Amino acid sequence: MQSPLGDRLYRTITTVCAAAIPFVLVLLTAVVVRAAWPALALHAGDLAFGRTWDVPHERFGAVPAVVGTLLSSLIALAIATPLALGVAIFTVDIGPRRLHEPVAFLVNLLAAIPSVVYGLWGVFVLVPMLRNTIMPALLPFGAVMPLFRGPAYGPSLLAASLVLAIMILPYIASVSREVLRAVPQTQREAALALGATRWEVVRDAVLPAARSGLIGGVMLGLGRALGETLAVAMVIGNRHAIPDSLFDPAYTMASLLANEFAEASSDAHLSALMAVAALLLLITLLVNLLARWLVQRVATGLPGSRWT
Amino acid sequence: MTTRARQRQRRGQVMTVLTWIAAAVAVIPLVLILAQLLLNGLLQLTPTFFTQMPSPPGVRGGGVANAIIGSIMLVAIAMSVAVPVGIGAGLYLAEHRRGRFALVVRLLADVLSGLPSIVLGIFAWELIVRPSGHFSAWAGGIALGLLVLPLVTIATEEMVRLVPVALTEAALALGFSRWRTALAVVLRTAMPGIVTAVLIAMSRAAGETAPLLFTAFGNPFWSVDPSRPIAALPLQIYSYAQSPYDEWRAQAWAGALVLLILVTIISVAGRAVVGARAKLLSAVTPRVGRVDE
Repeated sequence: MQSPLGDRLYRTITTVCAAAIPFVLVLLTAVVVRAAWPALALHAGDLAFGRTWDVPHERFGAVPAVVGTLLSSLIALAIATPLALGVAIFTVDIGPRRLHEPVAFLVNLLAAIPSVVYGLWGVFVLVPMLRNTIMPALLPFGAVMPLFRGPAYGPSLLAASLVLAIMILPYIASVSREVLRAVPQTQREAALALGATRWEVVRDAVLPAARSGLIGGVMLGLGRALGETLAVAMVIGNRHAIPDSLFDPAYTMASLLANEFAEASSDAHLSALMAVAALLLLITLLVNLLARWLVQRVATGLPGSRWT
Repeated sequence: MTTRARQRQRRGQVMTVLTWIAAAVAVIPLVLILAQLLLNGLLQLTPTFFTQMPSPPGVRGGGVANAIIGSIMLVAIAMSVAVPVGIGAGLYLAEHRRGRFALVVRLLADVLSGLPSIVLGIFAWELIVRPSGHFSAWAGGIALGLLVLPLVTIATEEMVRLVPVALTEAALALGFSRWRTALAVVLRTAMPGIVTAVLIAMSRAAGETAPLLFTAFGNPFWSVDPSRPIAALPLQIYSYAQSPYDEWRAQAWAGALVLLILVTIISVAGRAVVGARAKLLSAVTPRVGRVDE
């Protein structure tokens, strides 16, 4: 039997559910920006240009946290991107077929490890290793490479970037893998027929077709790195200053929020933290939108894609 | 062979070796982290660790019973918010494939899933904790729910799209109404895949810490009251790891091992269902053609 009432009800319910997602995003942005408004109105200049974060005196310079966020994320990207691309190429085109799925699975497992476990590992394994072995070994280069200047405490921009690199590697690798697999097989066959070696197939027939999707994948990784909170808060050293070297402790917006939000007692402090949250939200929104758009461009029109 | 050909071949070999190295290097951190977890956590894992309450610093023993219960409650709240809405939204997206609104929702679901979880926590704080005046399991659960909502939506859409169109058409031809077709035929066929995705989303919610810092807040005592601060396993690990006491640090490792085991069990259960899905689909597909349209 046809039941128009049931159909109408079904359509209404699913539409409301679908509308919940844009609603949440708009509400989220509105709520955070509104809560940040007093700080934006009073301390906008300080937030945007100040370097001092002094709560009792209501000095809220957010520059060190913003710079720390960008630096740690970009260094993590620089470490993770070549590895992730290598893994993706390995698991789609180059490595032995038998290893494709197992390697992809193992790398994906990295994404299943909770952030706090990375932090724990960072605090008790990575940081001591940096302090006792790696940093002392790199310090002699400090004379020529200002990136490696001491003192080498351990908790540092470098520690945070390394943990972040491990954490975003699986995301970049799996998006890249998806994008590479979406490149039509005929394109590979054509290159092979022209006498290309396996690497040349990848370089000339696969990578150019997948380029914007790969960039999108890297940007998704960037989005993750910018917002990652606890693992970074546990190893970056939490110092309100712009780091001069990889060995310096630093701060990020997310770890600043993690450390101070629950203890914020004055309205001014709370509102300043809200402003930091709003900034983080806007940056990650933009990065994610751009990344999705890029991935979508490659994925559209290909079989099995969500965007067809 | 010409020199040029030999050069090209050598180049290919070098790149092949490089991708092998990349694959190996990418797997090393996983091995290192798992090894450390087992090494430092396994000895601490006594039966009392699961059944007792946290002990004060310096006192041996003690466990995370309250944190396990708290985590279960938080995840339950999160899933009961996110699963119905997510499935509804996923059904909508699968049905209105190219609609303009569907395109926007699809994009925003992806964007929402990429937002920093700590911002979701701040949102829940401003929405629930500030007006009510105290931290609560409700706030924590809702923050986690927002985290998993897009994951459930995206997965539901993908699973529903794997359901053969001919199956839907057959149901409609038999006189099923649209909503009954959607629920009894489409959703039911896609269900194993959706269950898998829900379980994987659940394991992510169980491991999240950042949005709980100022919503659930943590609680060293026994509490099952959802309107009060509540303990959670990741929060407990976080505070133990930051503490100066050796006993607590050792417990942080044990807690991390328990958390990882929990997360793994949930997602392995999910993958077991994936196997079921493959079987289910292969049972219907030979008669109706290709699975992916």
